[in-house]
Amino acid sequence: MIAIIDYDAGNTRSVMNALDRLDVSYVLTDDAEQLRAAEKVIFPGVGHAAAAMDALRRRNLTTVIRQLTQPVLGICVGMQLMCKRSEEGNIACLGIVDRCVRKFDVASGLKIPHMGWNTVHIEEDDVLWTDIADKSYFYFVHSYYVPLMQETIARCTYGEVFSAVIRKDNFWGIQCHAEKSGKIGSTLLANFVKGSIT
Amino acid sequence: MLTKRIIPCLDVKNGRTVKGINFVNLRDAGDPVELASKYAAQGADELVFLDISATIEERETIYELVRRVAEQINIPFTVGGGIYDVEKVRKLLTQGADKVSINSAVVQRPALAAEIAREFGSQCLVVAIDARKEGDRWSVYTHGGSRSTGIDLLDWARQMEDLGAGEILFTSMDHDGTHQGFACDMLSHMSTLLSIPIIASGGAGTKEHFKEVFTIGKADAGLAASIFHFDEIPIPELKQYLHLAQIPIRL
Repeated sequence: MIAIIDYDAGNTRSVMNALDRLDVSYVLTDDAEQLRAAEKVIFPGVGHAAAAMDALRRRNLTTVIRQLTQPVLGICVGMQLMCKRSEEGNIACLGIVDRCVRKFDVASGLKIPHMGWNTVHIEEDDVLWTDIADKSYFYFVHSYYVPLMQETIARCTYGEVFSAVIRKDNFWGIQCHAEKSGKIGSTLLANFVKGSIT
Repeated sequence: MLTKRIIPCLDVKNGRTVKGINFVNLRDAGDPVELASKYAAQGADELVFLDISATIEERETIYELVRRVAEQINIPFTVGGGIYDVEKVRKLLTQGADKVSINSAVVQRPALAAEIAREFGSQCLVVAIDARKEGDRWSVYTHGGSRSTGIDLLDWARQMEDLGAGEILFTSMDHDGTHQGFACDMLSHMSTLLSIPIIASGGAGTKEHFKEVFTIGKADAGLAASIFHFDEIPIPELKQYLHLAQIPIRL
């Protein structure tokens, strides 16, 4: 069973709709036991990082998430919360990867948020990329980004070059909204939920 | 590279897609769920759904429609019309909308923009502005373009950005429904002035108009309704044209 972490993240319904379209059964839960027992876990997220961390704390989920051993997929703010800190609200996050989430430079003249379809450049082979071509378009909407790091397996460029997808052990994080990225996004989600990854 | 977005807009009244000229003379344009699915399959980059129902009873039908559309499509989905408080936003997002578009309600009470941005994030707040040129300035209109507010367009757009709008959806009422092209001069001005994305609306009639809105108008997205509903310009054909014209576009 797939578990979606229930902490009132804004894109939960979209993730559920995407899984319904893939005909995958799932449970939406904030129960630690259910999360630990799930085959795979999806960690959605949209909105303010500090508000999201507060919501996780209120539900006593921070340690639970950190200690998950099955495949976990963080989406957007879900990915950002896997980092050590975020400049959004200047807060400590889960610290699964040792990097800080940074704000796009407003002075650069770029429109913020980075919103729309952008190309994702694959850096490292991964089961997530099955049937997905390099430089495919995914839908992004974010004002903060995860810098490039050792765990980056795909990058994207918007002023800065940043991490589009990261992987550390059993944790994957994607900045783009796969649940809203058309067919290619569905393929990525299917690779995660249906693929044989451990 | 970040691409320019093509956004079909569905004006919905009492469960049906309608389209008028200069905000009046509505004609039927089909089932919103079917149209939404068709556009998503054709490569639309997002979808906007505006509830132009006149009564509270009619407006209750929007939730069911939003849910059905959100189940079908896998692209971002904005819902607007008749949103006056944070609770309605929550209800629409719960049904599967990704963003909400607010117009008259923020003119009546600008603080609502800040409340929505704080509660759900700027990324889900589109502030829609209808305006028309009056002498040498542009004035903001509300209530489906029926009431002049006397507020200056650019002042208003800037204020909305400051209060947390994630995007501005600007409709030139002078251009809307005319098929004579977008208000590129004003769009360019606004795009330079603001640091959030601008969605251009009103006036699309040809593929060239979209090229102009992205080059001269510096818009981040182009929105249109009737030219898509009545298949005057199929979305794949438009995107192919823009791609060949070297506009960054997702094919």
